[in-house]
Amino acid sequence: MSIDSATAAKVAKLARIRVEDAELPALAAEFNAILGFIEQLQELDVDDVEPMVSVEPMRLKRRDDVVTDGDRQAQVLSNAPDAREGFFAVPKVVE
Amino acid sequence: MSELTKLTIAEARDALRRGDVTSVELTEACLSAIDGADPLGAFVHKTPEIALERARAADARIKAGDAPGMCGIPVGIKDLFCTEGVPSQAASKILEGFRPEYESTVSGQLRDAGAVMLGKLNMDEFAMGSSNETSVYGNAVNPWRAEGSNAALTPGGSSGGSAAAVAADLCLAATGTDTGGSIRQPAAFTGTVGLKPTYGRASRWGIVAFASSLDQAGPMTKTVRDAAIMGAAMMGHDPKDSTSADLPVPDFEAMLTGDIRGRVIGIPREYRMEGMPAEIEALWTRGREMLADAGAEIRDISLPHTKYALPTYYVIAPAEASSNLARYDGVRYGYRAKLAQGDGITEMYEKTRAEGFGAEVRRRVMVGTYVLSAGYYDAYYNRARKVRTLIKRDFEEVFAAGVDAILTPATPSAAFELGKEFDDPVQMYLNDVFTVTVNLAGLPGLAVPAGLDAQGLPLGLQLIGRPWEEGDLLNIGHALERAAGFVAKPGKWW
Repeated sequence: MSIDSATAAKVAKLARIRVEDAELPALAAEFNAILGFIEQLQELDVDDVEPMVSVEPMRLKRRDDVVTDGDRQAQVLSNAPDAREGFFAVPKVVE
Repeated sequence: MSELTKLTIAEARDALRRGDVTSVELTEACLSAIDGADPLGAFVHKTPEIALERARAADARIKAGDAPGMCGIPVGIKDLFCTEGVPSQAASKILEGFRPEYESTVSGQLRDAGAVMLGKLNMDEFAMGSSNETSVYGNAVNPWRAEGSNAALTPGGSSGGSAAAVAADLCLAATGTDTGGSIRQPAAFTGTVGLKPTYGRASRWGIVAFASSLDQAGPMTKTVRDAAIMGAAMMGHDPKDSTSADLPVPDFEAMLTGDIRGRVIGIPREYRMEGMPAEIEALWTRGREMLADAGAEIRDISLPHTKYALPTYYVIAPAEASSNLARYDGVRYGYRAKLAQGDGITEMYEKTRAEGFGAEVRRRVMVGTYVLSAGYYDAYYNRARKVRTLIKRDFEEVFAAGVDAILTPATPSAAFELGKEFDDPVQMYLNDVFTVTVNLAGLPGLAVPAGLDAQGLPLGLQLIGRPWEEGDLLNIGHALERAAGFVAKPGKWW
């Protein structure tokens, strides 16, 4: 499995990380080095093995389905790069 | 004054209770040591006002006779922990300016026990690294230097600032977190003690998430006794973390009898790596002899899937990171890129994340995105989860056969020079070869300083325990520490 620049560009797009075209070949080479390392996992026969879901077997706790928190608009917005009139502000999404 | 910063938690606690010293005196001594140690790059946000206020409150509490073990003890907090009103950046540009409105459960438990926060500690960005070189703040530097050399060494990573601060006596102890070895490797590189608890022992709430199925917080201290005292204060059930175990936390310190007669210690043959330095091999043999001399039974064991642990980790950890780090979008907190005319929301996401994340974080997020993407999910991610089951089964089988703990080297080398391994990610990943299995299997692991190499640099041994048996693990570590008699300290050059 070898990753080319087009695949690297697709992955960067999926990850929402801008990568300039000139940097794509180097990125693809890095991916290939890491994936080459991961490739060892293909040696093992894992057909009858359950994939791990939880490392320590325990039943997740449940709680009553009630509101326990809220009314913290100022705190929620206090770290926003751009907050206006009680909302997070972002560039226009809908034309 | 500076002698005060050299105290262990246990010594300081006893001196505080006797009235020989006040928390304000201890805190002032640490603050002055910190101010004189900027070349170490350990403390990245100093909080002297909070420290002195908490120290005064601790002194009042001690006077009133209502003081738990950590009361009045000055500690450093890794930058990964959210601390109310204090910058908490995970050493990343993308969290520039972020001041949490809340306190992480673990740092909150320490605060409520009376511990004094001195400031925030350097680390690899989002805890991704083994040398503290991916930090937006710049490197943390190991207080240790090789004999006859002025070369700057790594304190290890990701909890490099924590390890450097404890080893240099800037604080009595520090918090760390460990996803693949990030407490134990830096502890080994700096001659300090580091404990990664069983997965689920310490709450992850309020700790910036890297790989949620592997992350655990733990203490980084000068002695095993201190790890027992501070560890107990950090652990316990938290309803805000659904994976936190509802189990009582025993009095670990009371379990430090040093009596390990009849305990069975496993020596896994797969940890004898090709190309392992002779000094590491010799240290491991000495550790084995020390435990045997203390009355333990030494048994050769096999953990056959060990060689697959690192590749498994480098699928699972990036996969979880790509999901966890999706929240850094420039909307709710931290950094937002400057946008050009006509840029929409997608450009905002892409530019913010390209500029806000460092190279290693971008690399891991993209590798994670790839292994989770349609067509590769089964080949990589699901396969890695299956191999993880096999790795855990290896441990279950040796524990079922009567092994109480496992002894291994902590790292494949002593601390290396800053800049030496940084350009080759896969080479850097090999640092975690002895520690990463423990995270994949959810087990407790303890790094104990056990000797110096020919260049005078510290080397550590790792003990791996049964799930939830941190007390027993610490007791075996205590016996090892006593036998090794490690007392060396780095010479002050900073």
